[in-house]
Amino acid sequence: MDHKVVGKSTQRLDAVAKVTGRAQYTDDFFERDMLVGKVLRSPHAHAKVLRIDATKAKALPGVVAVITPADLPTIKFATAGHPWSLDPGHRDVEDRLILTDKARFVGDAIAAVVAEDLLTAEKALHLIEVEYEVLPHVLTAEDAMAEGAPVLHENRPGNIVSSFGVSFGDVEKDFEAADRIIEGDYETSIVQHCHIESMSAFAFVDSDGRVVVNSSTQIPHIVRRIVAQALGLSWGRVKVIKPFIGGGFGNKQDVVVEPLTAAMSLAAGGRPVRYCMTREEVFIDTRTRHGMKLHLKTAVSNEGVLQGIHMQVLSNTGAYASHGHSIAMSAGGKFRPLYNFRSIKYEPKTVYTNLPVAGAMRGYGTPQIFFALESHLDDIAREMNLDPVALRQKNLITVGHMDPLSKNVVRSFGVPQCLEKGLELIRWDEKRKAHKGQTGPRRRGLGMAAFAYASGTHPVALELAGARIVMNQDGSVTLQVGATEIGQGSDTVFGQITAETLGLPADMVHVVTTQDTDITPFDSGAYASRQTFVTGIAVRKAALEVREKVLAVAARRSGLSPAEMDIRDRQIVETSLGRVICSLADVAMDSYYDRILAAPITSDTSANVRINAMSYGATFVEVEVDLETGRVEVLELWNIHDSGTIINPKLAEGQVHGGVSMSLGAALLEQMLFDPVTGKPLNPNLLDYKLPTILDTPTINAAFVETFDAAGTFGSKSLGECPVISPAPAVRNAVLDATGVAFHKIPLYPQVVFEKFREVGLIPDRQAERSVQHV
Amino acid sequence: MFDICELHEPETLLEAKRIFNADPGLKVIAGGTDVLIRMQHGGLAGAGLLSLRNLHELEEIQLLGDGTLSVGAMAPFAQIFQSELIQKLVPILGEAAVSMGGPQVRNVATIGGNLCNGAVSADSASTLFALDALLKLQTLDSERIIPMKDFYAGPGKVNLLPGELLVAILIPREGYEGMGGHYIKFAPRKAMDIATLGVAALCRIKDNCFQELRIGLGVAAPVPVRCFEAEAYAQGREVTLETVQEIARLALKPAKARSSWRASKEYREHLIEVLAQRAVAEAVKRAGGCCADEK
Ligand SMILES: Cc1cc2nc3c(=O)[nH]c(=O)nc-3n(C[C@H](O)[C@H](O)[C@H](O)COP(=O)(O)OP(=O)(O)OC[C@H]3O[C@@H](n4cnc5c(N)ncnc54)[C@H](O)[C@@H]3O)c2cc1C
Repeated sequence: MDHKVVGKSTQRLDAVAKVTGRAQYTDDFFERDMLVGKVLRSPHAHAKVLRIDATKAKALPGVVAVITPADLPTIKFATAGHPWSLDPGHRDVEDRLILTDKARFVGDAIAAVVAEDLLTAEKALHLIEVEYEVLPHVLTAEDAMAEGAPVLHENRPGNIVSSFGVSFGDVEKDFEAADRIIEGDYETSIVQHCHIESMSAFAFVDSDGRVVVNSSTQIPHIVRRIVAQALGLSWGRVKVIKPFIGGGFGNKQDVVVEPLTAAMSLAAGGRPVRYCMTREEVFIDTRTRHGMKLHLKTAVSNEGVLQGIHMQVLSNTGAYASHGHSIAMSAGGKFRPLYNFRSIKYEPKTVYTNLPVAGAMRGYGTPQIFFALESHLDDIAREMNLDPVALRQKNLITVGHMDPLSKNVVRSFGVPQCLEKGLELIRWDEKRKAHKGQTGPRRRGLGMAAFAYASGTHPVALELAGARIVMNQDGSVTLQVGATEIGQGSDTVFGQITAETLGLPADMVHVVTTQDTDITPFDSGAYASRQTFVTGIAVRKAALEVREKVLAVAARRSGLSPAEMDIRDRQIVETSLGRVICSLADVAMDSYYDRILAAPITSDTSANVRINAMSYGATFVEVEVDLETGRVEVLELWNIHDSGTIINPKLAEGQVHGGVSMSLGAALLEQMLFDPVTGKPLNPNLLDYKLPTILDTPTINAAFVETFDAAGTFGSKSLGECPVISPAPAVRNAVLDATGVAFHKIPLYPQVVFEKFREVGLIPDRQAERSVQHV
Repeated sequence: MFDICELHEPETLLEAKRIFNADPGLKVIAGGTDVLIRMQHGGLAGAGLLSLRNLHELEEIQLLGDGTLSVGAMAPFAQIFQSELIQKLVPILGEAAVSMGGPQVRNVATIGGNLCNGAVSADSASTLFALDALLKLQTLDSERIIPMKDFYAGPGKVNLLPGELLVAILIPREGYEGMGGHYIKFAPRKAMDIATLGVAALCRIKDNCFQELRIGLGVAAPVPVRCFEAEAYAQGREVTLETVQEIARLALKPAKARSSWRASKEYREHLIEVLAQRAVAEAVKRAGGCCADEK
């Protein structure tokens, strides 16, 4: 299709504002008389708070308020950033209080101080006396499910948050009839988002007596609801503003600091209070990615046809549910429309433990599932002496596939092309040959992994998006969306969709990036890779409505019917002749100032999107393994996507770079560690938590197979989360290829790799050998 | 926000020594990349700081008349690895300097702060130790010049007298002349990381025999150490794979590795041997030798 703006790498709308420092983030705003808030955290993994004495803290000059659980409403609320459900059976788990009278992890918020400056607030924390009754705690999902395990939440005696599974076909029958049954165990570690901008908010009571919360959030409209729920306010009494954001990756698809910040302001008589977490606090008391243990059992024919799979998942969700109940479930839906299994049985268990809270993180459980599945497929290929790529190629679904459970239909499917492209780009066959018969301490290997993902959450949750367009006097338009720009570039893409539809150059669409729940249209926010797909449909709808109104005005001028006209490059033209009738600006001026017919051209609409589109792709990677040190180096990497039409190639590449680096971090370095006895975090800082730096990141190559999906705007599908799914298993498979050693857990941290190599005898134990010789 | 009660910013070394002499309780701050980290979360609360930031006289890197290379304590690592003198005479110190942190840290972090902080992971320490460097320390009315081994008193502890400042690091001519060297920093990350192990190897080769070998290790024991057994063994021996392997084995002798959640004793010891071998092999190459049976 011949597009003018869509498909082009137009410049990010916020590029200049960001590189010149003009973009304002939550911490850049100052209110008069602003106070600061700080939080007192539990030193115990599990403990009842028996008594809090804040007398001394309150007496410290400069302290304005000390808040304890007793000062707050005792309304348990859910924090997950999902649309509200009118059906009480489908609501998120309500297990949280703003401050808790029972600590469930080291760092749980017990009390808070509001003071005139940070140092005073910190000093006041030390003056609060808390008496705890320490309770036994559990750190692993297995321990939490064991008989007699301590109970975290009284209403969940077995500590199981959710164990809702799904299945289709008859997996037991497939196992009975199978030529081969292959099983494997896989495990992923707890990692974190590490967005650059901290969790930060400030709140005050405005002149109308309403609670205003400014927050670095992905979900302003949901924050409004949850702040109101947590504080027992009427929803309309809360207003939430989201300025520029320095990253969220799902951590800010959750309500973390906002109810407490609002409570701090209320405790200070409505004065503005800022609560900005330190990096250590972000590690401890926001959200993490679920560490999962997976057991996969697969029935395969001798020819390598995958028949049935039984997947058991144990997901450690930490101390509160957050998104826990929905993540394992959701990920169980994403992996299905890729390989043509006759039967699937998916059994997840999500369990409370006394660890920091796991929640949404880019990929929403899917990276863990695909780490297991794609590693498992390579293990199967190896065991059956099949080519790993051929094994996948042989088992792919085809266009038209309908998932038997979600009923989502696959309308575009570029996996075969992605695999072809990957093989070619990385020069698979040539390198395979070159790698044969390697000796010495450095070995190279090739690996790949494929994935499937969705665009938004349909049919599981509501997918509603709002868009509003106003045409200005010069023919430019101002677009407002309820969707949230968090750095991914969604505003730019919405601008492109609008420009394309209205025959405007990209710079004549002004997108309002600040969200204000009083003003901007309703939308549930940035998550589930939904914005280009779901909000894009609303934006397109609004732009088409504006187009219709423009042509109606032009029809008045020209006498032609709207169907005979088009808008091209800011002109109204008679389509069949290409003749210019008038400029778009002429139409706009009529709409504002015609003495009889004036009616500004606007659209205020929303789309309730009840369709989904599967996105796909694969990673191909070459690694070099230093057998002696256990270090794995990525030499070459291709991250290839079928995300339908790519609306902005540069931004798409940006998503790939960020997602791949996140996945490589999880594959090789990142892991939150806890003292196995006390449950205290060992590495809650960016020195000890090994987020890769730019020097640890190889050149990341992006490639796209552009299919056209009829469900998406201009044929587009999701991309935001996709890049984070397949690199980790591809790296793991490449290490297997290089060394013959199958790792079952990530990260492949140098010491772990070394220990495994030593265990399998790949590196000699020099000291042991010598002591034998010397005997 | 830091809990600081006073800040002195003298313009000259003499003035600094006077202030420090009058109040030895002051905390010296150079680049501040260790001090300010320590001040987080209420550490060093209410500290008075003596800043050396304006003492540009301590930033100089110069070759003294007798061939001693003098590196001012306030020289930041960015200046060190870019210095022509360092590149020419002690490239191994440049290697260690550029392995530090990242560009922003290297712009402010000083070599004096790196040593005085006393961390066993300090990237410049093992290299300076291998270079036989001396430390020039001054109080208002005294000066002493001591070798590295006398400076380290224990983990995070150094022998600085009350009111004493590190002024310069002196690398004598015999320390570097004709030596090939290599520093290996092994850390999980390639930047912004603390060494799991640091190995500095320096050697002088003649007729493919070791005339001299010096190896410094960081993070192998509670303080930076030298591998004297390995060094003595190498003396006069021909460079062969076996010799280098034996050197690497002997490099383990001074090690007192411990297990922590960051790395196990076993892994650290394994790394010492593997990386000592690699560092020595590379140093040999740079010194013009040839590890014949190495492919
Ligand atoms: C992000 C980051 C990354 C880092 N990466 C590394 C790394 O890769 N390798 C590494 O070794 N270190 C690293 N460090 C630690 C630190 O940067 C170094 O130790 C640095 O050299 C300290 O120098 P400074 O000038 O900042 O010292 P300061 O913090 O100012 O001082 C350090 C100590 O030395 C004392 N002191 C300083 N100068 C003198 C003097 N002239 N006389 C007497 N006492 C003095 C101070 O009182 C203090 O106790 C890193 C730090 C950060 C924050």
